[in-house]
Amino acid sequence: MDASLPAHMRPERSFQGFILALQRFWAEQGCVILQPYDMEMGAGTFHPATTLRALGPKPWNAAYVQPSRRPKDGRYGENPNRMQHYYQFQVIMKPSPPNLQELYLKSLAAIGIDSAVHDIRFVEDDWESPTLGAWGLGWECWCDGMEVSQFTYFQQVAGFECAPVAGELTYGLERLAMYVQGVDRVYDLNFNGREGDAKVTYGDVFLQAEQEYSRHNFEVADTAMLFEQFKMAEAACRKYLDAGWREGGNSKQHLMALPAYDQCIKASHVFNLLDARGVISVTERQSYILRVRELAKACGEAWIHTEAGGAA
Amino acid sequence: MPDLLLELFSEEIPARMQGKAADDLRRMVTDKLVAEGLVYEGAKAFATPRRLALTVHGIPARQPDLKTERRGPKVGAPDAAVQGFLKATGLKSLDEAKIQRDPKGDFYIGLIEKPGRDAIDVLAEILPVIIRTFPWPKSMRWGARSGKPGSLNWVRPLHAITATFGLETEEPDVVKFEVDGIESGQTTYGHRFLAPAAISVRRFEDYEAKLLDAKVVLDPERRKDAILTDAKQLAFAQGFELVEDPNLLDEVAGLVEWPVVLMGSFEPEFLATPGEVIRATIRNNQKCFVVSDPKSTDKTGKLANKFILVANIEATDGGKTIIAGNERVIRARLSDAKFFYETDLKTKLEDRLPKFEQIVFHEKLGTQAARIKRIERLAAEIAPLVGADVAKATRAAHLAKADLLTEVVGEFPEVQGLMGKYYALAQGEDASVAAACEEHYKPQGPADRVPTDPVSVAVALADKIDTLVGFWAIDEKPTGSKDPYALRRAALGVIRIVLENQTQISLREVAWGHLERSYGKQYLEVAEKLDDLMVFFEDRLKVQLRDQKARYDLVDAVLNTGSLVQGHPIVAVVRRVEALGKFLDTDDGKNLLAGTKRASNILSIEEKKDKRLFDGAPDASLYTLGEEKALARAIDEVTAEARAAVAKEDFAAAMSVMAELRPPVDAFFDKVRVNDDDPKVRENRLKLLNEIRSATRAVADFSKIQD
Repeated sequence: MDASLPAHMRPERSFQGFILALQRFWAEQGCVILQPYDMEMGAGTFHPATTLRALGPKPWNAAYVQPSRRPKDGRYGENPNRMQHYYQFQVIMKPSPPNLQELYLKSLAAIGIDSAVHDIRFVEDDWESPTLGAWGLGWECWCDGMEVSQFTYFQQVAGFECAPVAGELTYGLERLAMYVQGVDRVYDLNFNGREGDAKVTYGDVFLQAEQEYSRHNFEVADTAMLFEQFKMAEAACRKYLDAGWREGGNSKQHLMALPAYDQCIKASHVFNLLDARGVISVTERQSYILRVRELAKACGEAWIHTEAGGAA
Repeated sequence: MPDLLLELFSEEIPARMQGKAADDLRRMVTDKLVAEGLVYEGAKAFATPRRLALTVHGIPARQPDLKTERRGPKVGAPDAAVQGFLKATGLKSLDEAKIQRDPKGDFYIGLIEKPGRDAIDVLAEILPVIIRTFPWPKSMRWGARSGKPGSLNWVRPLHAITATFGLETEEPDVVKFEVDGIESGQTTYGHRFLAPAAISVRRFEDYEAKLLDAKVVLDPERRKDAILTDAKQLAFAQGFELVEDPNLLDEVAGLVEWPVVLMGSFEPEFLATPGEVIRATIRNNQKCFVVSDPKSTDKTGKLANKFILVANIEATDGGKTIIAGNERVIRARLSDAKFFYETDLKTKLEDRLPKFEQIVFHEKLGTQAARIKRIERLAAEIAPLVGADVAKATRAAHLAKADLLTEVVGEFPEVQGLMGKYYALAQGEDASVAAACEEHYKPQGPADRVPTDPVSVAVALADKIDTLVGFWAIDEKPTGSKDPYALRRAALGVIRIVLENQTQISLREVAWGHLERSYGKQYLEVAEKLDDLMVFFEDRLKVQLRDQKARYDLVDAVLNTGSLVQGHPIVAVVRRVEALGKFLDTDDGKNLLAGTKRASNILSIEEKKDKRLFDGAPDASLYTLGEEKALARAIDEVTAEARAAVAKEDFAAAMSVMAELRPPVDAFFDKVRVNDDDPKVRENRLKLLNEIRSATRAVADFSKIQD
């Protein structure tokens, strides 16, 4: 931890200081620090900087905060740590460096988690995303019995083998910050590190939003419109994918993988909203997941035929 | 002789895979050594979260030389064949080959002498192959090399390989090889946090000692012992007892290299939640042990508001931070569990049942709702047979599965049944009904308790028999090692329940009635399916009785005359086996057995000779001797009385009646010559012998009994 930081910027005092400390640490490891993707998504993994960039041979190191929306997890602001909107901090390094575990442990030290007094453990947890057609092996990382991060070596994304393999770290920011700040309720987190009148809490920023979105997600979200939006996003994704292919000489190229993938992200989030509204039956659920996966696979296929995806 | 030390140092290996991986490593290396002619003295493998280690001692320094003969072409064969032979054998010319003659002609024989290689070279060849083909249940690629085909797959990234070979008295050599860019050497690393520096090792003894200095306990058994001892001690010091949990101990020992046992606590208010739920929460989610309070009057061992955690470090603050952190998480988890439990209590069990109409039990056996209806009906049928109140048994069967739809059971499947009991009691059900919600699953395994309350017995039997009849009806029987619906366990459960409760029911009648009433006409032409199910029960019964050290031959002897297929109750079979065993311990029994066997032997010889059977009643007018008449009379009397006793299931009486046969049988063999010169008399006497055999069949098939 940087001792020269002013008190209100220290990760154990301030949620924003906590995020900045992580960004700074990973910037020093050579990651590009991205800003959140400007679409609603269920996890940082959906960000094209992870899903698409994990594919293809080109090296890629990035870190970013991604607001994550899980409509079903809304609790009207009444649960101390469950929310329909929260932050993930995402790191992706391709190829996975040989010392990724050490880097991860150093990042914990940077946010005030000292391995001399905390019991840090790597506990088996295999990761799979049926909607992204992706899987990997790794761990959930425990700090004193609490799961604080996911650590995954991607083996497959969008149905394609990762070659080389990328290492992915996902930090649950609120949960970690609560631990470091020593608060039991997420809304009590000190957001800006100030005290007294100047203090802004996580609740000041998000509590009203949690209440409003819970109402929206569970009670009011327009399901007829959402069903329509799902179909539209699916059709748009297919349309952009079809329009993007170029045959040049003996190689195929794709020119619109990113816009197509946006529609896949959209479809996935619309599905999550419908699921939260309880209008998708158990049997239908599987078929929706498969439809999103087909989009993700087709986008992955397009991506590996782009320049950043490694096409010749 | 030299020893091998091998260590594969990696990122954290899942706890559940470590034991088998250590076994696999030992087996693969030693099998290969033996196949290469290197017979070793001993081998032992170890695993920690970050390493697999193997020591093999007493490996010969060199392979033995091998001499093999190779048969070549015929003398005078074309040159191509000769050249091929010379190439394959390494001979310079045919002059070096022998000529051997056999019926097909003269052949060249090449003698190949293959000198043994140094063991270290053999190891350098086999170890990389074993590493590349290691059978991890799941493995992965990583790093820059994973961009190219053929990169190594390992359970998690592999970082270092230590491989040394040599004599105790000398500096060992490194077994030199390379796997996916990792060169073997003699450098490993200590504990991730407490002693991460590189360590140079020579052989197993200093390896294990240096690791211990570097805060790594190599042997999982030692880690387990340390955890168990410390955990018990820590609990005891505060007046509590550790609730032992061998599976959790295995897992926890696989999560740490340097176990440090600490104790934390939670708010006593949580103890209002059932102890099993607290234990499941703390165990499954946090991998911590719970502690019981012996001062509590509750016989089941009421929990204390403490838990025991196993950390992987000696913290500089003595573990204060670690305990506080774990307490926070456990508090949150227990709040969730308490919330689930309280939420569950708000819905009555019967109000959950309609949901079962949407849940398929098995595609050919319908929904869970249909299954529950069948179990209800069957429990009502069985209830009077086992002394249970029909209404209570029906009610219990109605509610017994409902807890599957509760939040707590959704979260912790292992407390199914038990939660049903709690929720049934909470909604004011009769105590027997509530108990049956839990106990109808019992016995779950050979060590599990058998229900004794008649209501529980009725529902437990109904649940299991319905499952067995159903799967038999649709021909989904267990085959070989495959028993996905645990039908063997169900059958064994039925057997233990009826035996331990001395329940007089004919399984065949119950199963037949159930098939008829609940599974419909399409299965009715299939009586042989039920016979087959009864044979399945008989096989389970034999296994069960053999485990209890009953004589296998007596079981066969009894089943041959009074089987489950014929509708005999299991209890009757077992009692008859016991009575038979006791009878055979007496002189009367032994002699009657000897007499019966003698009769059978004579008969089988004569039957073979005459190529006919001597069945049918003997002709009383052909008896010439008093002993014949006495025997015939005794057989008539004994048969009738023994049958009557057996019909009353008084097997002891049946056996003592049998004992009355002994004197006339002995006298007959003493005084009567069976093979009389008059063929008619001979035939009649053979028929009388046959009668002895039939008479004893009233109690058992004596021919199956071994001396």
